[in-house]
Amino acid sequence: MMHFLLLFSRQGKLRLQKWFTPLSEREKKKVIRDMVALVLARPARTCNFLQWKDLKIVYKRYASLYFSVGLDEQDNELLALEVLHRYVELLDRYFGNVCELDIIFNFEKAYFILDEFLMGGEVVETSKLAVGASIEEADTFQE
Amino acid sequence: MADSRRSAPLSWTNKPAAKMSDVVEKTLTALPSLLSLDSQPGSAKLSSSSKLGNLIRGITELTSKHEEEKLIQRELVSIKEQVSSPNTTMRQMKELMVRAIYCESLGYEASFSYIHAIKLAQQGTALEKRVGYLAVSLFLNENHELLLLLVNTVLKDLQSTNLIEVCMALTVVSQMFPKDMIPAILPLVEEKLNHPKEIIRRKAVLALYKFYLIAPNQVQHIHNKFRKALCDKDPGVMTASLHIYLQLIQENPDGYKDLTASFVTILKQVVGGKLPIDFNYHSVPAPWLQIQLLRILSLLGKNDQNASEIMYEILDESLQRAEMNHNITYAILYECVKCVYTIHPKSDLLEKAAKCIGNFVLSQKINLKYLGLKALTYVVQQDPKLALQHQMTIIECLDHSDLIIKRETVELLFRITNAQNVMVIVDKMLEFLRVSPDDYTTIDLTGKVAELAEKYAPDNEWFIETMNTVFSVGGDMMQPDIPNSFLKLLSEGFDGVEEDRKLRLFAVDSYVSLLRGEPGKLPQRFLQVISWVLGEYSHLMEELEPATVLRLLERLLDMKQTSSETKSWVLMAMTKLCEGGASVAVAQQVSETYISSMDTVLRQRAQELQHLSQDSELRARVLPRDADLEPQEVDSSLSFLDGFVSEALAAGAAPYKPPHQRQEELAQAKALSLEPYGLSLPISMASCSIADRQSPTLLSISSGLSGDSTELSHKGGPTTLKLDGVKRVWGREGYLRESVEEVAQVEVPSPLRSPSQQAGADSSHSQTPTPTPDPEQDKQQLASSLFFGLSSQSPMCLMGKPEPTPNRFRRKTKGQGSSSSATGQTPSPLSSSPSTVDDLLGDDLLDSSIPSEPSVSSSTITLELSQGFTATAHGPCDVEAELADSDVKESNPSPSEDDGLVAADPAPHEDPDRPEDPCLSSHLPAELCEHGHSEITPLCTNQSLELSACHVQKEDSLVFVIFICNSSAIQQIQLELHSEHLEVSCVSDSPEVDVSSHSVTVYQYSLTVKRPSVHVEVAGMVSYQLCDGTPQNLQFSYKLPLTSFIRPLTVSTEEYGTMWLDFCHDTKQNLTLISDGEEPLTATLNVLKRKLQLGVVEVIGMEGILACQLLKDQPCLMHCRVHAGLLAVWLRSPVPDLPDCLIYHCQRALQGD
Repeated sequence: MMHFLLLFSRQGKLRLQKWFTPLSEREKKKVIRDMVALVLARPARTCNFLQWKDLKIVYKRYASLYFSVGLDEQDNELLALEVLHRYVELLDRYFGNVCELDIIFNFEKAYFILDEFLMGGEVVETSKLAVGASIEEADTFQE
Repeated sequence: MADSRRSAPLSWTNKPAAKMSDVVEKTLTALPSLLSLDSQPGSAKLSSSSKLGNLIRGITELTSKHEEEKLIQRELVSIKEQVSSPNTTMRQMKELMVRAIYCESLGYEASFSYIHAIKLAQQGTALEKRVGYLAVSLFLNENHELLLLLVNTVLKDLQSTNLIEVCMALTVVSQMFPKDMIPAILPLVEEKLNHPKEIIRRKAVLALYKFYLIAPNQVQHIHNKFRKALCDKDPGVMTASLHIYLQLIQENPDGYKDLTASFVTILKQVVGGKLPIDFNYHSVPAPWLQIQLLRILSLLGKNDQNASEIMYEILDESLQRAEMNHNITYAILYECVKCVYTIHPKSDLLEKAAKCIGNFVLSQKINLKYLGLKALTYVVQQDPKLALQHQMTIIECLDHSDLIIKRETVELLFRITNAQNVMVIVDKMLEFLRVSPDDYTTIDLTGKVAELAEKYAPDNEWFIETMNTVFSVGGDMMQPDIPNSFLKLLSEGFDGVEEDRKLRLFAVDSYVSLLRGEPGKLPQRFLQVISWVLGEYSHLMEELEPATVLRLLERLLDMKQTSSETKSWVLMAMTKLCEGGASVAVAQQVSETYISSMDTVLRQRAQELQHLSQDSELRARVLPRDADLEPQEVDSSLSFLDGFVSEALAAGAAPYKPPHQRQEELAQAKALSLEPYGLSLPISMASCSIADRQSPTLLSISSGLSGDSTELSHKGGPTTLKLDGVKRVWGREGYLRESVEEVAQVEVPSPLRSPSQQAGADSSHSQTPTPTPDPEQDKQQLASSLFFGLSSQSPMCLMGKPEPTPNRFRRKTKGQGSSSSATGQTPSPLSSSPSTVDDLLGDDLLDSSIPSEPSVSSSTITLELSQGFTATAHGPCDVEAELADSDVKESNPSPSEDDGLVAADPAPHEDPDRPEDPCLSSHLPAELCEHGHSEITPLCTNQSLELSACHVQKEDSLVFVIFICNSSAIQQIQLELHSEHLEVSCVSDSPEVDVSSHSVTVYQYSLTVKRPSVHVEVAGMVSYQLCDGTPQNLQFSYKLPLTSFIRPLTVSTEEYGTMWLDFCHDTKQNLTLISDGEEPLTATLNVLKRKLQLGVVEVIGMEGILACQLLKDQPCLMHCRVHAGLLAVWLRSPVPDLPDCLIYHCQRALQGD
């Protein structure tokens, strides 16, 4: 199960945070601080996995944004990379040529997409079409 | 939202997703211009007009943190104004909330908006509501009180006809719902399992999964609904339900074996491409589902041949299909490999999996290489040859530029360490430690190095030097048990007197030279270790003047980075060393400096130093150096203060009240509860004489005067008393410091000092013992040293498996301790049987996490033991030799062993039964039969052995009986028992083990409780040899309730009163009364008496007092009173945890009726 998903920029600015297990504010701050420090310190062409305390960290950089998740020991790292990739695909599909600014200015949308895709730290909907449809449905509803 | 719709559908449908990152990269190059120029078309689409947009842009233009703060504070004030205005519409509120979220995400508090977020979730329309929920989930965590206000909203939305609202409610429920509110919404969520729309069913299943994780007992009743979800026609719902099943199966694999075939069928369908194309991910069918299924299958197939056989075919197919070159197929392959290695082995599958691992390890892709190493680490215990095959790759990875790869390689090496390659591997580990920047790794690796060093150290020098590095590198981060067990090892010794002396001498030598160097660089923990060792053992080094050591230690005191904890260690060491004129002068000087220290502990140590350095006679008595094997008696009751107390009381001082009592009095301020016991029996005044129970004041005076107030706790014999006392003095964290005083005396045999030996130690120090290969040397050579012994080794020898080679530094105390202290029933340690010797080598001894208390007690016990048992303890025949001999002993036990209590010669040997005979009870030794025994339960079986056990409750002991039926020709059966909670001692052994015929062998053990727990468990292992000589072993465990150890205690009411005040551990609880026509109190007490064997001391009116003892001689007193229809029970005992455990059993006993 995923414990958290964080998006942050190369400058270490947090863009999105999602917590799937309960943590206190202080613990969250610590996780964010450590994640940013650990991931940003990784040189190029190293593997996408890290160990942090008893969690596995899987991260991937898309343009200027780092996507990182914290996993249980027995979880599959490669699969987590694909989760991140699918999320990027979903964002891309919704925003079209998604870039960091889309996520900065419309972070609530990024959260909604994430909520359609993941729930309680597990993938709930793997179909790109279905996630897209349900987000758009909600948007239309509003108009 | 308008701007978010800006993208024309064409722009994304035409774009291949895989290229996305490139595209993003391109977009990003345009970023700086986007930010600075508003007029650019690109930025216009980024909601430039919105207030959020303005805010964000405003912030990016700022140059300093200070400006940012000002801007945000302004923004927050404006948001605050608007949210509290009654004219703000929900739509505006949504906009405000988004801005508030943004401010919070930058780290500025916007707590005023929390309540409005909840309001928005309550009152808004769909998207507004969504923002409201999002804000709530980002602002509040589980425990926030405002969440209670959300429950109603969630309830309303769950019942909504609008699917989006239901979805939002389910999402928020799985995200952050307070545990105790689950029952309120559970029925509605359950109802959603039947919803016609599959997305709702999926989310409902996942919400239930979340509930299961945080409060498993609340969803227990809907397990059959999970099955329904598993059979749902929508594959998505089924996938969701697998999360729950994975969890359930992890907890109880045996309960779900019937589903194995179904899971295999599902996997077949998925792999065969039977799912709708919607579930494909990059043209791989439902990878998430496949991996989930593989994980479930590996749990089900673990140690289960039947279940494994069902899945071989599909695993084979999965391995073959996943040939493609995409990450997601590798993910599936990796999971497959793990599964193949977890379940019951099948050779051709293993071969394929091994090939797969090979591909991973050899891959150019670094992620795959990493996973390959991980997989190797995972399988190396079963298949060491695989590591051997890839040794060159492993060597390369050891020098990889990526630290993570390196780290994983080190981990792999750790798993293949043996006595031959330990030096090279530890060297590699330390090398990594020096470059690793990460604390967690440091802590982890130092622990592992210490473990390896203790286990395989080839010689003293290497051991001490390795530990020095561990201490310097691990510093103050490492696990505290590393220095603890190191010091314990030094003090308890391991290998005979001379070896111990050499080790200590070497340590002293090495520390003196470290202190002469740059002690300022050493971590505090290391300095503490050094101080202790120098204090204890520097006298072993003859030519070293105590004054020299004192001066070295003094330097530590002067360094400003030395913590006050370390300083008190140093002072303590000095106290032990101040001998002779020069040292006394130094000591005096130091003590004068610290005698006025602000730190009370330091001041105390300085006082001690001052006094003891002046009075060498007193010092010799307080801190005896060597050969003083007399354990220190600790009078836990402080009875030597009785005179002082009674004087003070006579002078009008208030009687002492323990903290819990004082607290209670504070709580019930005006009540009469001032009397701890008198209150309970107010009516008793009439019926008994005043002397029996009066005010607590009088009672405590009498206890104070009696001088033997601790009589009862003394009854348990010296062993019990010492345990008790030591515990209190040593507190949890105080182990090391106290150990300076207490453990110091442990087995320091009068050392034979000779200069030549000293010189020997010196010279051995100068030569470097680590044959590290030169960097230029061929990697081949490294490989050969790393993988040495691996090829010839059977998998059994690897770590995590039973160790055929015993540890070099084996601690020898514990097992002996348990045998002698077990009950006092075994008259002398000599009667301990071979299996006790086995016990010594049990895993628990090596467990470095043994809490200090029991180990400490056992060290004291050893002292006694070695006194009465000098021949063996000090003789050349060390434990290792005993191990080798134990088989022999087993078959020819000395006749003396059968004397006395051990005379329980099991009759069954005269007429060996067939093992199939279920009537094992006939094998029960005659003298046990009269006591009645628990049901004989099977422990474990395999084709050659069948183990069963029962326990017999005797009046003064508990006998644990193991029956071994061997159904084929096996030899040299050995039993080993160990337990976290219990002391195990052997009462009798079967004198002979019948090799060929089918026989039943009976072993008896006497058990006593070491540490009370509601249920106590004995674990054990039986090892034997097949007729062809192959060693085998079987593990088992046996659980029994604490109540089996409870016996009534006969005391008079007067004694009861005295004891009551002495006991410091207590617990209180209200229990239900039993009312079946009889007078409720009597009825209840009778149940307790019958079921728990409590002894009723007296019942007066609505109160009763009861007493019992935990075998042997550990009393527990109970006072109960009927109050408001409940039984108020108060339990007290000198034994920690005992009251809590007993109250649990009382509760159970009363509920049972």
